[in-house]
Amino acid sequence: MSSTFSGVDFYNFDSLLSEEERAVRDMVRTWVDENLMPIIGQCYIEGRFPKELIPQMAELGFYGANLPEEYGCAGLNNVAYGLIMQELERGDSGIRSFASVQGALVMYPIHAFGSEEQRTTWLPRLASGEDIGCFGLTEPDFGSNPAGLITTAKETDDGWVLNGTKMWITNGSQATVAIVWAKTGDIDDSSSIRGFIVPTGTPGFTSKDQKGKLSLRASDTSELHLEDVHLPQDALLPDSDGIKSPLMCLTQARYGIAWGGIGAAMACYDEAVSYGLNRIMFDKPIAHTQIQQVRLADMLTEIVKAQFLTLQLGRLKDIGTMTPEQVSLAKRNNVNMACDIAREARRLLGANGILAEYHSMRHMANLESVYTYEGTHDMHSLILGLAITGKQAFR
Amino acid sequence: MKIAVCLKRVPDTTAKIVVGGDGKSIDEAGVKFVPNPFDEYAIEEALALKEKAGAGETVVYSLGGDSSQETIRTALAMGIDRGVLLKTEGSADGLVVARALADAMEGEGFDLILFGKLAVDDNNYQVGPMTAEFLGLPCVTTVAHLSIEDGAVTAEREIEGGVEVSTCRLPAVLTCDKGLNEPRLPKLKGIMAAKKKPLDVKPVELAAGSIEVLGLELPPARSEGKIVGEGPDAVPELINLLRNEAKVL
Ligand SMILES: Cc1cc2nc3c(=O)[nH]c(=O)nc-3n(C[C@H](O)[C@H](O)[C@H](O)COP(=O)(O)OP(=O)(O)OC[C@H]3O[C@@H](n4cnc5c(N)ncnc54)[C@H](O)[C@@H]3O)c2cc1C
Repeated sequence: MSSTFSGVDFYNFDSLLSEEERAVRDMVRTWVDENLMPIIGQCYIEGRFPKELIPQMAELGFYGANLPEEYGCAGLNNVAYGLIMQELERGDSGIRSFASVQGALVMYPIHAFGSEEQRTTWLPRLASGEDIGCFGLTEPDFGSNPAGLITTAKETDDGWVLNGTKMWITNGSQATVAIVWAKTGDIDDSSSIRGFIVPTGTPGFTSKDQKGKLSLRASDTSELHLEDVHLPQDALLPDSDGIKSPLMCLTQARYGIAWGGIGAAMACYDEAVSYGLNRIMFDKPIAHTQIQQVRLADMLTEIVKAQFLTLQLGRLKDIGTMTPEQVSLAKRNNVNMACDIAREARRLLGANGILAEYHSMRHMANLESVYTYEGTHDMHSLILGLAITGKQAFR
Repeated sequence: MKIAVCLKRVPDTTAKIVVGGDGKSIDEAGVKFVPNPFDEYAIEEALALKEKAGAGETVVYSLGGDSSQETIRTALAMGIDRGVLLKTEGSADGLVVARALADAMEGEGFDLILFGKLAVDDNNYQVGPMTAEFLGLPCVTTVAHLSIEDGAVTAEREIEGGVEVSTCRLPAVLTCDKGLNEPRLPKLKGIMAAKKKPLDVKPVELAAGSIEVLGLELPPARSEGKIVGEGPDAVPELINLLRNEAKVL
């Protein structure tokens, strides 16, 4: 089991990982090399999510890998989970998005806010890839401010009726089940937001892929329409309680994205180093020039900083003291540095850098979505601003 | 069916190798070690045979230092039932390793003992057949296709320009080649389960070896190529250089 990609380890980072954490990372790395790298460039050009990889990822245990074994999950710690996200995003942000949504945005809320019956019904099926999930929070008019959402859930004698539109929903068109966030009370009352488990075959539920994306092309992003969708009583996640519940899901997903950013950055750095050493211009490799060395030194420095920041975040998550603000800092820093590194790597590659055969431009374009979703870079600045000053600057 | 797999910890084939200060061994600092890739075919074959039979036991043996425990756990993560580390210090030659492995497996009642055809670190192709000899068992080397029916082994090996088909009876020793199967990746659950599986650490005293490594050297760096021209005009100069500089004609 050997991978051609060897990651970045300039500070003996590996010595801070357990044998198991390394084994998990190396396995996913090899899987990405063997199964994703050969096809991802073409998938990206075709705008196609590689569905054929869904069963393999399930078989190896990638979905909800940090959830307990009793529900068919792998029961990993959060550092090992993060390393899976790093390696998947080394391949492509779209694949990591798929796994993030399935694990952190669909399985996590069922585990955290669901009844025992909902957990035993849904989690094993989601872990095994039998069911594919999506997470519907964002709406056409409510992106950064999800608390304003206007999808409604009205209680009836025997259940619920949902109405509304969700937008930018990853996996939306291929999902068999959606976690939909809706208001059960007054439209101005964000404390009435509750989560619902909505099988996508329910009458009144339709989805449509958003076309024309120039980013995350190997991932499906869809609009969801809910028109008088009747659900039984037990579709409600009983312990979901206000806007803080979907935000808790986002904290889980953002944690994984913080690791994912490192993966994408490593992929671009690795490509820049090898291209720089092999491309001869003015009779010497371009990596032997000062300008390109500054580029590479900056990339390496940012990756190393992000690794230690994120490992500590993972250790805090494992002991249960991680705060959402700490996750905001890591998501904001890591995705931003990955965007910068992808762009610089693309430039170092010259004309070849615009081809799908190389990876940097694909990562560069993907990371623009990652910069925007799960709380835009700006929103995380404002979350940190609030933590620093005590003053809320959102509105 | 009870199957043993012998496994060696080797430097990753993509690792950058540096010769150590003693000039006789590699500097292990910063080098990633992996299970010998050919041994992975043996692991996969053992797992597949057990799955096909629906019953049996698979055991992995490795001779080496404490760090080989990690290599054994990779096999356990893939699905092997238990591991035995024959713990030694330093490195040993193939004959000594074969003796120690044969002693450890003697009387354990294995139906099949699988090896990789060679270890990618020293490329010796030795330990499998020598272990078979010590155990008095038939041995087929570099097996690329295998079927076992009613205790009869039919093994195919790729030889120059063809395929050689050999048969023998169980118990037997086989060394595995590329093409035999596609080794599986360990699942996350397998990785988690590996640390709970039994791993016996048995210190062994090795006999004195009969081979001494005098020195290790990296292959010389490849010198830059030379373009002598294009088309038929370049041929005379090319022949001149091949004859007088490279001295290959
Ligand atoms: C590919 C992709 C996949 C997605 N997947 C999902 C999914 O699966 N589920 C889901 O629910 N959502 C998903 N989203 C939606 C995503 O979370 C939102 O796009 C994001 O929250 C931003 O919302 P918006 O696009 O409406 O931007 P807006 O909120 O309209 O923001 C536009 C700009 O204004 C800035 N801004 C907003 N408010 C302020 C402020 N108070 N002060 C200063 N600046 C501000 C923002 O930072 C941004 O730069 C996805 C998005 C993309 C692109």
